[in-house]
Amino acid sequence: MLNEWLFIGLFLLIVAVFPGVPIWLAGLIAPKKSSPQKAETYECGMETVGDTWVQFRIQYYVFALTFLVFDVELVFLFPWAVAFKQLTLFGVLSGVVFVLILLIELLAAWRKGVLEWA
Amino acid sequence: MGFLRDPITFIHDWLETVLLNWGVSVEATTVVLTLIGAFVVGTFGLGLVIFTIWLERKLYARIQDRFGPNRVGPWGIFQTVPDIIKIFTKEYITPVGADKFIYNLAPILSVSAVLLTWAVIPFAPTIFGTDVNVGVLYIIAVGSMGTLSIIMAGWSSNNKYSLLGAFRAVAQMVSYEVPMVLALLVPVLLGGTMGINSLVASQDVWYVVLAPLAALMFFISTMAETGRAPFDLLEAESELVAGYQTEYSGLKFGMFYVGEFLHAFTISALSATLFLGGWRGPWVESTPVLGLVWFFAKTFLVYFLVVLIRISMPRLRIDQMLNFNWKFLTPIGLVLLIITAVVDKLIYLLLPELSITIGSTAFIWIRASSHLIANVLIAFVVIGVLRTYQIKARHTVGKPRPVAVAPEPPASVIT
Repeated sequence: MLNEWLFIGLFLLIVAVFPGVPIWLAGLIAPKKSSPQKAETYECGMETVGDTWVQFRIQYYVFALTFLVFDVELVFLFPWAVAFKQLTLFGVLSGVVFVLILLIELLAAWRKGVLEWA
Repeated sequence: MGFLRDPITFIHDWLETVLLNWGVSVEATTVVLTLIGAFVVGTFGLGLVIFTIWLERKLYARIQDRFGPNRVGPWGIFQTVPDIIKIFTKEYITPVGADKFIYNLAPILSVSAVLLTWAVIPFAPTIFGTDVNVGVLYIIAVGSMGTLSIIMAGWSSNNKYSLLGAFRAVAQMVSYEVPMVLALLVPVLLGGTMGINSLVASQDVWYVVLAPLAALMFFISTMAETGRAPFDLLEAESELVAGYQTEYSGLKFGMFYVGEFLHAFTISALSATLFLGGWRGPWVESTPVLGLVWFFAKTFLVYFLVVLIRISMPRLRIDQMLNFNWKFLTPIGLVLLIITAVVDKLIYLLLPELSITIGSTAFIWIRASSHLIANVLIAFVVIGVLRTYQIKARHTVGKPRPVAVAPEPPASVIT
C-alpha cells in the first residue's frame, strides 16, 4: 500500500525533472540577445493599450460555479459506485435519488439561464 | 523462459536479489527499485512522444494529400529528433511585465500533469507503474492539473490574447470535466473497483459493450480536455494568435507542444484501458508480456480515431461547445448513471442463483446484453428528443437572433 504511493511520490519528482532540466539546459545553450523591442508584449505589431489584467465576463465565473457544484457532488458518488455490488436495493435507490437531485439542479440552472452564453 | 514470458518481474526480482545480497537494507532496495521504475515509465512516456509527433504529422499530411516528413530516416521517422535539437538552440523571449516564476513553471506543469497519468496505466498484467486502489480518482485529480498550467501560462504572460485563451480554457476544460467524471463512474460501478488494473481484470466483456454511451461520452469529453480540434478554441489561431502560448518561445513552447501530443496519446490509452479491455486478449494469462501488444494495438486504434477527428472536424464556437456539454452530455450522463445502476442491480436481484457463480459465462452475457439493450434504448430516446427539438427549431428560423445593441449615448454628450 505504502509502496504504491512511494512510486507516485518519486514519480512526482521525475515528472518535474524531465521537462524542467531540458528547459534549464536549453537556457544555457540558447543565445541571449534581449532588447526592449523584443521583450514587448506581442500584439501583431501594435503597441499595447492599457492593462492586461482586466475585468472579464461574469459568464466564465458562473460556469466555474456550476462546475464546482457538480464536480464536488460527483466525487461523493465514487464510494457508492465502488460498494455497488454489496449494496441493497435501498442503498442503490438512495444513490439514484442523489443523482436525480443533481439532474433537477441542472434543469433548474438551465431554466434560470445560467447555461446561456449570452 | 521466465524472462521471455514476463521480463519486468524477472528483472525486478533479479535486481532485488542482487541489491539484498550486497547488504542494502530492504527499505533502500524498495526505494531504488521504485525510482528505477518511475524513471523507466517517465522515459517511456516522453520517448513515445517523439514517435507520436511523427505519426500524427504523417497522418495529417497523407489525409491532406501531402507527403509529410520524409527526409530524416526511413519515411522521415526521425524527423522529430532534429526538430528537438533545433528548438534547443532557440532564444527564450520573456515578455516585459510577465510574472516570471509562474511563467516558467507553466510549461513544466503542462508536461508533468499529463505524464503523471502514466503512473497508473497498466500496460500488461505485470507491467505497470503502480496500482493504487483509487486509480480513477487519481486520474481525475491529475487531469485537472493540466487546466491549471494553461491558466498559469495565460495569466502570467501579460498578453491579452493569452489571457483570453486561458479564460476559454477555464470554461472548456472545467465544463468537460463533469461528463468525464460521469462517464468514469460507469465502469467503476460495473467493475466495483477504482483500481485501474483491477478494472481491466474485471472486463470479461469489454465495457464498450456494456456501456457504449459512457465510452463515447468519455472519448468526447477527454478529447475536449486535450484542447485540440474540434475543441481547440483556447488556441484558435485566427482569433487569438496562439492562445495561451503566444508569449512562449524556444523549448518552453516546445514543452507545451509535447504536453499536447502526449495528452492526445494518454487519452487514447485511457479509453483503451477503461473501455476496450486494456491488456486483455488471448494468451495473456500464460504470457503476461503479450498484454503489451494488445494494449498498444487498442491504444493506437483509438489514437488513430483521435487524429482523424482532429483532422476532419472544423472548430466549434464557444457557445456551441458549452451548450453541447451542459445541455447534451451532462443530462445524458446523469440519466445513463441512473439507468446503469438500476439495470445492474435488477439483474443481480432477479438472477441470484446465477450471480453467485460469477464466473458462469451465461450470467456474464445476460448482464452484458441487458446493459447493451438499455444503452441502445437510451440512444433511441435521445435521438427522438433531438429530432423533435430540431423540428421545433426549424420553425423558428425566421425569427431574428438576439444581438447586443450598443447603449444610446447620454444626451449630455455632444458628438
